[in-house]
Amino acid sequence: MILQTIWFFLWGLLWAIFFMTDGFDFGVGTLYPYLGKSEEDKRSMINSIGPFWDGNEVWLITAGGVTFAAFPKVYAVMFSSLYTPLLFILFALILRGVAFEFRGQIENPGWKRIWDLCIFIGSFVPAILFGVAFANIFRGIPFDGQGVYHGNILMLLNPYGILGGLLFLLLFMLHGANWLAMKTGGDLHARVTALAEKIWLALVPVAVIFLIASAFATRLYDNYVANPGLALVIVIAVVSLLMVKFYLSKKDYFKSWCASALTIVSCTFFGIIGLFPVLFPSLIDSQYHLTAFNDSSSPMTLTIMLGVVVIFIPIVIGYQIWTYRLFSGHLTKEEMEY
Amino acid sequence: MDPVFLSRLQFAVSTMFHFLFVPLTLGLSIIIAWMETQYVRTGDKIYLQMTKFWGKLFLINFALGVVTGITLEFQFGTNWSRYSEYVGDIFGSLLAIEATAAFFLESTFIGIWIFGWKKLSAKAHATVMWLVAIAGNFSAIWILTANGFMQHPVGYTIRNGRAEMTDFFEVLFNKFSLLQIAHVLPAACLLGAFFVMGVSAWHLLKKQHVIFFQKSFRISLVFGLVASLLTGLTGDFHGTHVAEVQPAKLAAMEAHWETRANAPIVMFAIPDEESGKNLIEIGSIPGLLSFLGYHDFNATVRGINDFPADERPPVLITFAAFRIMVGLGTLFIILMVYGWFRRDKLMESPLFLKIMLFSIPLPYIAIEMGWVLAEVGRQPWIVYGLMKTSDAASPVAGYQVMVSLIAFIVIYGLLGGVGYYLIVKHAIKGPLPLEANVKH
Ligand code: HDD
Ligand code: HEM
Ligand code: HEM
Repeated sequence: MILQTIWFFLWGLLWAIFFMTDGFDFGVGTLYPYLGKSEEDKRSMINSIGPFWDGNEVWLITAGGVTFAAFPKVYAVMFSSLYTPLLFILFALILRGVAFEFRGQIENPGWKRIWDLCIFIGSFVPAILFGVAFANIFRGIPFDGQGVYHGNILMLLNPYGILGGLLFLLLFMLHGANWLAMKTGGDLHARVTALAEKIWLALVPVAVIFLIASAFATRLYDNYVANPGLALVIVIAVVSLLMVKFYLSKKDYFKSWCASALTIVSCTFFGIIGLFPVLFPSLIDSQYHLTAFNDSSSPMTLTIMLGVVVIFIPIVIGYQIWTYRLFSGHLTKEEMEY
Repeated sequence: MDPVFLSRLQFAVSTMFHFLFVPLTLGLSIIIAWMETQYVRTGDKIYLQMTKFWGKLFLINFALGVVTGITLEFQFGTNWSRYSEYVGDIFGSLLAIEATAAFFLESTFIGIWIFGWKKLSAKAHATVMWLVAIAGNFSAIWILTANGFMQHPVGYTIRNGRAEMTDFFEVLFNKFSLLQIAHVLPAACLLGAFFVMGVSAWHLLKKQHVIFFQKSFRISLVFGLVASLLTGLTGDFHGTHVAEVQPAKLAAMEAHWETRANAPIVMFAIPDEESGKNLIEIGSIPGLLSFLGYHDFNATVRGINDFPADERPPVLITFAAFRIMVGLGTLFIILMVYGWFRRDKLMESPLFLKIMLFSIPLPYIAIEMGWVLAEVGRQPWIVYGLMKTSDAASPVAGYQVMVSLIAFIVIYGLLGGVGYYLIVKHAIKGPLPLEANVKH
C-alpha cells in the first residue's frame, strides 16, 4: 500500500517536473513567430533554450518510462487509448528537435522559414495537446474492462478538454515569456515583458473557469471535500499565479519565472491529488478505473525502481541545476554566435 | 487492415530508422572524445580542428538519433499494449532505468558540450564529451538488456497473468544480453570508424587537407581494426548461445531443414518454405554447423521441419540476413588488417582509399541485417517461448495504425533525406581553418 502510494505521487511528480521544465521551452517556441521579428531576435530565443530543451525532454521520457515500470497497465491502456493524440505530440517533438539542429546549417531565408515553422508547431502542438489529454484524464476516458478504448479523437475535444488545452498553453506561454524576460535584453526584452503581462491577464480567467468547471466535469474535488487540508495546493496555485504578476511588475524576472514554475507544478498536483488513487479513470464504469492499487508492478520491481529513482533523480537534478547556473544570466555575444 | 501486421511494419520501420543513427552516435562519440583528449594532452590545434569537424557531423546525426528514439519509447504502449501489460514489470523497469541513468546524462551534457566551449576549460570540455560517449553506450547497454529479455527471458515467474521479476541480477546478467552488448557496441564502433575513414578517404583522394585526414584516418583505423575483430569474435560466441537457447532461429539462419548429426553449413542456398528444403545448395561443409553450434562435429542439430509449423520463423529472410552480415563482417576484418599494413602509405594506396570510401554504407547494412536476423528470427514469438507476437498488439483500429505508419514513412523519409544531405554537405566542405574555429 505504502509503496504504491509513494509511486503514485512520484508518478505525478515526474509529470509535474516535465511540465515545469519543458514548459518554458514550449512557451518560447510558441511565442517564437510572434516575438522573433529579426534574425537576431530569433537567434536569441533559440539560444536561450538551446542548452536545455533536450535535457528537459528527457523528463517526458522518464515520466513515460516510469509509468511503464510502475504501472504497466496504465502505460498500456493510456497510450493505446490516446494513440492518435500521442503520436501527434511525438511527431511535433520530432520536428522541433531537428529544427534546432538543422535551422542554422544553411544560410537561406526559405530554409530558415521551414524550420521556424517547425519550431512553432513542435512547441504549440504538444503544449495544447498535453493539456487536452490531461484534462480528459481528469474527466475519465471511455475504455472498458479489457482496456479497449470506445471513442474517437474528436471526443477528446469536449469543452473541458479544450479548456485544459488552453490552460496549459497559456501557462507555458507565461512561463516561456518569463524565461525570455530573464535571458534577453534590449527591444526583445521590452516586447516580452509587455506580452507577459497580457498573457497573465488572459490566463487568470481561464484558470478560474477551469477550477470551477472541474467541479462539474470531474470528480477531482471529492478528495478535497474529504480532506479539506489538501486544498492548500489550490491556494499555492493561486498565490503563485499572483506572485508572477507581482514580480513582473517589480521587474524581478528570475522570481517571476520561479513563480510560474510553481504555478505549473501546483496545477499539476491539483489534478494528481484529486485523482488519487486513480491514475486512469474510466468514463464507462468506475469498476474499470486503473488505480495505484489494482494495477501496479510487483513489490519487488517497485522497490528496485524506488532505489533507482532515489539515487539517480537527485543526481540528475543536481547536474541539471549546475547546467542552468553555467548558462545563467543574459546571453553573451559568443553564445549568440552558435 | 490487420493492426498486428501494420504494427509490426511500423515497429520495423521506426527501429530500423532509429538504428541508422544510433551506431554512429555510439562509435563516433568515442572517437571524438579521444580526439579531444589528444588536444588536451598535446595542445596540438589540429586535434581541436578534428574535434570540431567530426563533432559537427556527429551533432546532425545525434539530433536524428534523439528524435527517432522518442517515438520508440512510447510505441510499446501505443502499439504493443498487451505485450506491455504482460512484461512491464521487468521490461518497463529496464527502459525507465535507461532514461534516468543514461539519457539524462547524455542529453544534458551534449547541450553543455555544444554551448560550453567558452564556459569550460579545455580539460572539462573534453570530460563532458567522454560523459556523452559513456552515457550513450550505457543507454545501449540497458536497451540491449531489455531486448535480451525478449530473446531469452530469465529471472521471472508467471504470476497474476503476467511475467513478474523474481531476480533482478539474473535479468541484468542474462547471458543473451551480455553477448548482444559485447557484439553491438563493437559493431557500432566499427561503423563509426568506417564513417571517419570513408570521409577521410574522399579528401585524401582529392589530396586536400592531407595531414588532417591522414591523422583522422589513422586514429579510426585503430578503432576499426580492434572493433572488427571483436565484432567477429563475439558474434561467434553469440551464435553458439543462439544454438542453445533459440534452436529454431539457428535452424532458420542456417536454412537447416532436417534434424541430423554431423550437420553441414551451406555457403549459399535458396531456401523454400513451401517444400521445406533448399532449392539450390552450393558449398556445403559437412559437420561445421554441429561444430559451430555445439563444438562437436557429430552433435545433432534440430532442423526446421522438426518444429511445429506455427513456431517456425521466416527462413529466407533470417538466412539471407545472417549471410550478408557475416560476409560483410569477414570483409571488414580483411580490410582493416590490410589497412593496418598500409597505414603509413595511405597516399600511395588510392585503390584502398576508394574501397574505403565506397565502404561507408556497408557497416550500416551489416548492422541492420543483424537486427533483422535477431528480430525476424525470433518470430513468431515476441517474448521467446512465452508470448506470441500475434497476441501482443494493442486493441486499436487498423486504420489508425495505417495512418501513423504512413506518417512515419513520410516524415522519417524527409528528415532522413535532409539529415544525410547536411552530413554529406559538411563532410565534403572539409574542416574550417583554425582561426574560424573559435565559433562553432
Ligand atoms: C557492423 C555490424 C555487424 C557485423 C560486422 C557483424 N554483426 Fe552480428 N549482429 C549485428 C551486427 C553485426 C547486430 C546488429 O549488432 C546484431 C543484431 C542484434 C545483436 O545482438 O547484434 C547482430 C546479431 C548477430 C547474431 C544473432 C544474435 C541474435 O539472434 O540475437 C549472430 C549469431 C551474429 N550476429 C553473428 C555474427 C558473426 C559470426 C559475425 C562475423 C563477422 C557478425 N555477426 C558480424
Ligand atoms: C534498434 C535496432 C533494432 C532494429 C533495427 C529492430 C528491428 C526489428 C524488426 C525488423 C522487427 C520486425 C520483425 C517482424 O515482425 O518480423 C522488430 C520487431 C520488434 N522489435 Fe526490434 N529491432 C531493434 C531493436 C529492438 C529492441 C532494442 C527492442 C526491445 C528492447 C525491440 C523490440 C521489438 C518489438 C517489441 C517488436 C515488435 C514485435 C515483433 O514483431 O516481434 N527491438 N524489430
Ligand atoms: C527499440 C527500442 C529502443 C527504444 C525504446 C529507444 C529509446 C530511445 C529514446 C527515447 C531516445 C532519445 C533519448 C534522448 O532524447 O536523449 C533514444 C536515443 C538513442 N538510443 Fe535508442 N531506443 C531503442 C533502441 C536502441 C538501441 C538498440 C540502441 C543501441 C544499441 C540505442 C541507443 C541509443 C542512443 C545512443 C541514442 C542517442 C540519442 C540519445 O540518447 O539522446 N537505442 N533511444
